[in-house]
Amino acid sequence: MSTKGTVKGIISNLVIVTVDGPVSQNEICYIKTGQTRLMAEVIKVIGADAYVQVFESTRGLKVGSEAEFSGHMLEVALGPGLLSRNLDGLENDLDKMQGVFLRRGEYTSPLDEDKLWQFKALAKVGDTVAAADWLGEVDENFQPHKIMVPFVFEGSYTVKSIVPDGEYRINDTIAVLTDASGKEVGVTMVQHWPVKRAITAYREKPRPFRLLETGVRIIDIANPIVEGGTGFIPGPFGTGKTVLQHAISKQAEADIVIMAACGERANEVVEIFTEFPELVDPHTGRKLMERTIIVANTSNMPVAAREASVYTAMTIAEYYRSMGLKVLLMADSTSRWAQALREMSNRLEELPGQDAFPMDLSAIISAFYGRAGYVFLNNGHTGSITFIGTVSPAGGNLKEPVTEGTKKAARCFYALEQARADRKRYPAVNPIDSYSKYIEYPEFEEYISKLISPDWIPMVNEMKTLMQRGKEVQEQINILGDDGVPLDYHLTFWKSEVVDFVILQQDAFDKVDSVCPIERQQYMLQLVIGITRTQFKFDSFTEVMDYFKRMINILRQMNYSEFQSDDFKRFEQELEQIISERAIR
Amino acid sequence: MATKAFQKIYTKITQITKATCTLKATNVGYDELATVDGKLAQVVKIMGEDITLQVFGGTEGLRTNAEVVFLGKAPTLRVGDQLSGRFFNAFGDPIDGGPVPEGREVEIGGPSVNPVRRKQPSELIATGIAGIDLNNTLVSGQKIPFFADPDQPYNQVMANVALRAQTDKIILGGMGLTNDDYLYFKNVFSNAGVLDHIVSFVNTTENPPVERLLIPDMALTAAEYFAVEKHEKVLVLLTDMTLYADALSIVSNRMDQIPSKDSMPGSLYSDLAKIYEKAVQFPDGGSITIIAVTTLSGGDITHAIPDNTGYITEGQLYLRRDSDVGKVIVDPFRSLSRLKQLVAGKKTREDHPQVMNAAVRLYSDAANAKTKLENGFDLSDYDERALAFAKEYSKEILAVDVNLDTTEMLDMTWRIMARNFRVEELNIKQQLVDKYFPKN
Repeated sequence: MSTKGTVKGIISNLVIVTVDGPVSQNEICYIKTGQTRLMAEVIKVIGADAYVQVFESTRGLKVGSEAEFSGHMLEVALGPGLLSRNLDGLENDLDKMQGVFLRRGEYTSPLDEDKLWQFKALAKVGDTVAAADWLGEVDENFQPHKIMVPFVFEGSYTVKSIVPDGEYRINDTIAVLTDASGKEVGVTMVQHWPVKRAITAYREKPRPFRLLETGVRIIDIANPIVEGGTGFIPGPFGTGKTVLQHAISKQAEADIVIMAACGERANEVVEIFTEFPELVDPHTGRKLMERTIIVANTSNMPVAAREASVYTAMTIAEYYRSMGLKVLLMADSTSRWAQALREMSNRLEELPGQDAFPMDLSAIISAFYGRAGYVFLNNGHTGSITFIGTVSPAGGNLKEPVTEGTKKAARCFYALEQARADRKRYPAVNPIDSYSKYIEYPEFEEYISKLISPDWIPMVNEMKTLMQRGKEVQEQINILGDDGVPLDYHLTFWKSEVVDFVILQQDAFDKVDSVCPIERQQYMLQLVIGITRTQFKFDSFTEVMDYFKRMINILRQMNYSEFQSDDFKRFEQELEQIISERAIR
Repeated sequence: MATKAFQKIYTKITQITKATCTLKATNVGYDELATVDGKLAQVVKIMGEDITLQVFGGTEGLRTNAEVVFLGKAPTLRVGDQLSGRFFNAFGDPIDGGPVPEGREVEIGGPSVNPVRRKQPSELIATGIAGIDLNNTLVSGQKIPFFADPDQPYNQVMANVALRAQTDKIILGGMGLTNDDYLYFKNVFSNAGVLDHIVSFVNTTENPPVERLLIPDMALTAAEYFAVEKHEKVLVLLTDMTLYADALSIVSNRMDQIPSKDSMPGSLYSDLAKIYEKAVQFPDGGSITIIAVTTLSGGDITHAIPDNTGYITEGQLYLRRDSDVGKVIVDPFRSLSRLKQLVAGKKTREDHPQVMNAAVRLYSDAANAKTKLENGFDLSDYDERALAFAKEYSKEILAVDVNLDTTEMLDMTWRIMARNFRVEELNIKQQLVDKYFPKN
């Protein structure tokens, strides 16, 4: 017998429902208005009054309307067929919705019930299995999609029967399991999971250490992110957050990419819809859309569903991680999610924290980032969720609650800077303030020494010291004037400019330069570090500037040329020529 | 608003604040309209039988025994072809003395477009103003505000843009317009003989501020009618969105909401996004483009209103008075159109992106030279040439009174560059230089 209720009060999308039975926090209910049912979530209970946030507009809703409680929290359906889908924050399939406008109360499933999937069993009759263990697999967009023991199953089970390899629909029973007491349960290819709860059906979550190659030099070289790592990109508007995020999502060496467009511009989502089906994954040669899932809750879509959207995206990520895949989750922007929390906390008349955000904002952000990570599954395979969120700080001020809360939770910090963007130095990631904590992990150091070379991290550190030094001498030059400082200062400054222009800056709109594979990054870093270690002979500071400008121009031409092509080699020879003019060997 | 016979009349108001009143009533829908002694009001809160109404005209002189009638519907607009050429107030009632237009009644502030039903914007909107078309090209389906101080001629520039843009309909949403500005728009449109392409919804400074909250939704509901049902290219002008946001803060304040940054409601981002995101390109050719004005206080863009706007819109345009040439120009440094790369060099001549970048870079060299000059340093020959270039560029290209087509703009920019610089100083691809650099 499910609990029912009647509407008692309405303030925008906060509705108070008087209930006739038990309800639980975060339980989903449906409120009837006319012919439509509006989905809502319980966020507070006082006596017999449940305070629910409605995921849709409450226009026309009246006191006395009936509400029906579902008995479960906000859930998503997990099964084969999620890849390439365009979902909203509640996992509705946007392509299946009727009409040009989003209609209130229309809910569509992303999974196709009639599609036949070629199933291949991985478990045998008699096997002992537990939640998230692999029973079989189907092929989804050329990737193996594991059919798992549902995450909600507790304890261990024995496989009583499993269907022979062949074609099945998602709702067909593909295996029967018996629990410890001998009770039989059927398993299909679909399962449900409440989005706000983390899926923890894995053995261990070690510290992540494997480089996740993004092809973006300022990330891979200077501030590397790892498989299962977390990072965030704060930046004022117009500093290139979206361009950087799209670049990472297009190029990262991940099996699955999930883009959560959370409260941002619809045209940016349209750009993904339009471009991803055409663009090719540089690692597999397949279309990018085949590995991508878009969770779009743009800024004009209902605010409460905006909060749900990041959880929906994370839950889908955890589902694919359990299959032993490398998942990259991008959320743009987590500030909009925090604002959705603020709007609701405000309507609940909770005592506000800083900037009227809820007091527990920082804890909510930490808990969410904590769901990412690199894991050992029960069967020994590994899987990962790398999470990168953007933050849109109000007024570009990084001392605001969302940025500060995120800084405590995320391990990589890519600070986009207005001044750098104004000077058209893209990506406008501040080379000095930004950091990656992973570069200090001994596990990472060991891994990268084998993957690239043992002198990699010393070179990166040398480069960073030079950038710092370059900034310091630049300030000195600005104060004392060009001829008020020793010639050496100019040399140091211009060497740091070489690093900036050739390694840190990258043209996201150039076909060649936009993606820089790791071996090419290594080659260029060695070349540039070689230059910064070289001693040069100059008579005056004016010579220094002209000389290095020429050198930077040639190095940039190299960046624009196919790696090791004739053009590339020609420019390299030209570079050697320039170096030999002034170098003291 | 005549009351109909079967409608129930309530006469007992229990609470009155500056913008709201509360009474006991039943069977009332959220967002529903009501009249309070003939003044329009809207339901903003229901708590059991207590209904709180936001009274658009303010509550001055409101009696506790005022007659309250619920209208059983959210605010609506009658949409149809008869809207063309007409002027309305915030409630959609004619203010030009003409008859009430006939049409289908639709609720304003309707649902959002499904993002998968949108098309990527790709059509250039030419305004003739080179500071816009050349450096910050507008695209149909885009949303972009002018960030301007109150003393700048943004309404004039916007009227010019509206008249020159090749669109099927122009919809003006005026919020807190001074009566003079309202008459200015009216005169400009009728003098240009384009009145039948224009629909206006106007709230002047003489009208109550809370009424403004209806203006953008009215304007955009009309826009959606023409874009969705008639497949027309619609340009919506919203001026001034800062006054709209101020009205939001007045209401949220009366509702005892906790203010966030700059005394603005915590929902400011969502409230503004709901309006701006109505800008759209449909696959069948219809589109809604929004050009808005956000007035700044002393050029401060970190204030919550411009800051939230910047995160929502696809770029922003800055106006500035250039004292060297004595003209108002479109500032090439701070202005940005995020969609320009969708059309620049694709719908315009191939050299557009390179010429645009080269000219802005040279203009910034001039700015550096100017700083040097002001600090008392000697200028090099290059500096002198850069300054000469900047003057011509400012006058012939950036000034808002320029009216050229995009090809003429490009040719003009080449000529100005050629007059002051050598080819190798331009840093433009050789192939384009060979083709377009003036020979003599």
